[in-house]
Amino acid sequence: MKVMSDSAPRRSGASGSGARRPALRNRTVRTPGGLSVRVDVRGFTVVAGLLLAALTASVVLIGTGDFPIPAADVLRTLVGEGNQGQEFIVTELRLPRVLVGLLVGAALGLGGALFQSISRNPLGSPDVLGLAQGSTAGALVVIVLFSGTASQVTAGALAGGLATGLGIYLLAWKRGVHGYRLVLVGIGVAAIVTAVNGYLITKADLVDAARAVVWMTGSLNGRDWSQVEPLAWMCVTLVPLVLVNAPGLRMTEMGDDVSYALGVRVERLRMLLMVAAVLLTAGATAAAGPVGFVALTAPQLARRLTRSPGPNLVPSMCMGATLLITADLASQRAFGADQLPVGVVTGVLGGVYLLWLLVTERRAGRI
Amino acid sequence: MNRLSAENVTLAYDQRVIAEQLSVEIPDNSFTVIVGPNACGKSTLLRALSRMLKPSRGRVLLDGSVIQSMPAKKVARTLGLLPQSSIAPDGITVGDLVGRGRYPHQGLLRQWSAEDERVVRESMESTGVAELAERYVDELSGGQRQRVWIAMALAQQTPLLLLDEPTTYLDIQHQIDVLDLCAELHEEQGRTLVAVLHDLNHAARYATHLIALRAGEVIAEGAPADIVTAELVEEVFGLRCQVIDDPETGTPLVVPAARKARTRVAATGAS
Repeated sequence: MKVMSDSAPRRSGASGSGARRPALRNRTVRTPGGLSVRVDVRGFTVVAGLLLAALTASVVLIGTGDFPIPAADVLRTLVGEGNQGQEFIVTELRLPRVLVGLLVGAALGLGGALFQSISRNPLGSPDVLGLAQGSTAGALVVIVLFSGTASQVTAGALAGGLATGLGIYLLAWKRGVHGYRLVLVGIGVAAIVTAVNGYLITKADLVDAARAVVWMTGSLNGRDWSQVEPLAWMCVTLVPLVLVNAPGLRMTEMGDDVSYALGVRVERLRMLLMVAAVLLTAGATAAAGPVGFVALTAPQLARRLTRSPGPNLVPSMCMGATLLITADLASQRAFGADQLPVGVVTGVLGGVYLLWLLVTERRAGRI
Repeated sequence: MNRLSAENVTLAYDQRVIAEQLSVEIPDNSFTVIVGPNACGKSTLLRALSRMLKPSRGRVLLDGSVIQSMPAKKVARTLGLLPQSSIAPDGITVGDLVGRGRYPHQGLLRQWSAEDERVVRESMESTGVAELAERYVDELSGGQRQRVWIAMALAQQTPLLLLDEPTTYLDIQHQIDVLDLCAELHEEQGRTLVAVLHDLNHAARYATHLIALRAGEVIAEGAPADIVTAELVEEVFGLRCQVIDDPETGTPLVVPAARKARTRVAATGAS
């Protein structure tokens, strides 16, 4: 092949400020038997860093409260070597709350990454598409109309989220679900459900209304082992299912035709992953309320750290967990335990961080 | 028996029928070009041949099996498609994009074999984009980008390759560049190529087999030298012209009649 006629002069990549350089290359491990596994070095580093951050924040968070426990004691207790008093506080009171936070954050991060990839739109996250509002409607119905128990509220939220997910899918379906239609339909559904939620609140008496508003902010207060278990099961089932389908999802980023030509069964894949994303989001919201901004920001933050195209599913998941647990830590440190619901902090932290990133990237000429 | 054919297919989008009872054979080892006026169904036919569109009647056969019934990845190892619309994901490098063409050959524990690496390198070399491997796709020129997409389709390593208007949006030297590349893939690598092209002269120069469509019907097919005549061009495109020998290649060259000649004919034709 002759040299191409239009090879534009290479940009002064290495020296110029703000020049874009590709991320570190992939490393491949191959066995003699013909098996091979490819690892994105930078993505791997990001995931390791996020996990470390989440772990550190968790340990500090467990030590935080009316009875502060030093980090060393927390770690000792977690491996079963602490004294009885500490053991009770750690494993019965604070650990379940932290685990719920980590699992909810991870589920929201993963659900958000799936939705953003499927809709090919950074705004296509569950809180924008109306899923969070749908869960809220389910919870409000139980609180306001039936004055239900906590576990009934959880069930109501789960049902509301799943029903909304199904509704959005059916409304957006026209020879397959496509990006912008999904976003538009979702925004419409969100508006309608928000109106319904407003109506329900006005119908509530004062006690129920206060309870509803706390739920709607998203909070980890008073979470115990009974919430950890279903969340853990959900993640154990859905995460592997999603990750097995991740390579196909990467291909769909190049458009339906290209991915179809490459052998991806686009519509089936999208349906499967949307169901998984709805379950993850609805499950997480049922456990902690509609914690704002995690599903929207986690995938964007993760992507900017890995600098890798693709849905960045695992980094988004770790980012979600880190974000939520850090937000909970910040709210408890700044305002004392049980004062400020974590949803308020995720909104502020996530929003500020995203703005900061957008501003710095704009300066670097990246957007 | 050729590897790819459409048998009596009816092609429609919802209720809008594009073609009925259409049968087409793609000769093995040919560079087949489909031509025809706008909205004649040439891209639709290509979509059907590449299983993007399921015929509402009739069937498309690949190696003797109905294409829709075959496993998706298996088809993708036999037949590649370069569609008109494709999206380069944000911040993707050329090497990464071309590497994605290996998807149908990969699996959960076969993520990036030495073979994958070799094929990707060769695909980039034969399309002349090897030195761009580290560059971001979105900072390339249109011509370079089209080569990258072709490289991706090549990395799929399919004996059959379908291209939907691969020269659209390119200026003349890049159009010729891409067509030269296609001819090379056909001649040197022995692939069967099927392309939809707008430019009849490009089609006549590069195709070994030409299919002329009008309103969802095959008007003529065969070697360009055998079928491209002034009568055919008028029948298919409704254009008065002369067909002369291309001074460079000897293939048919369509020269549209001057405006005055055409209007005079139209006037006398109407009277």
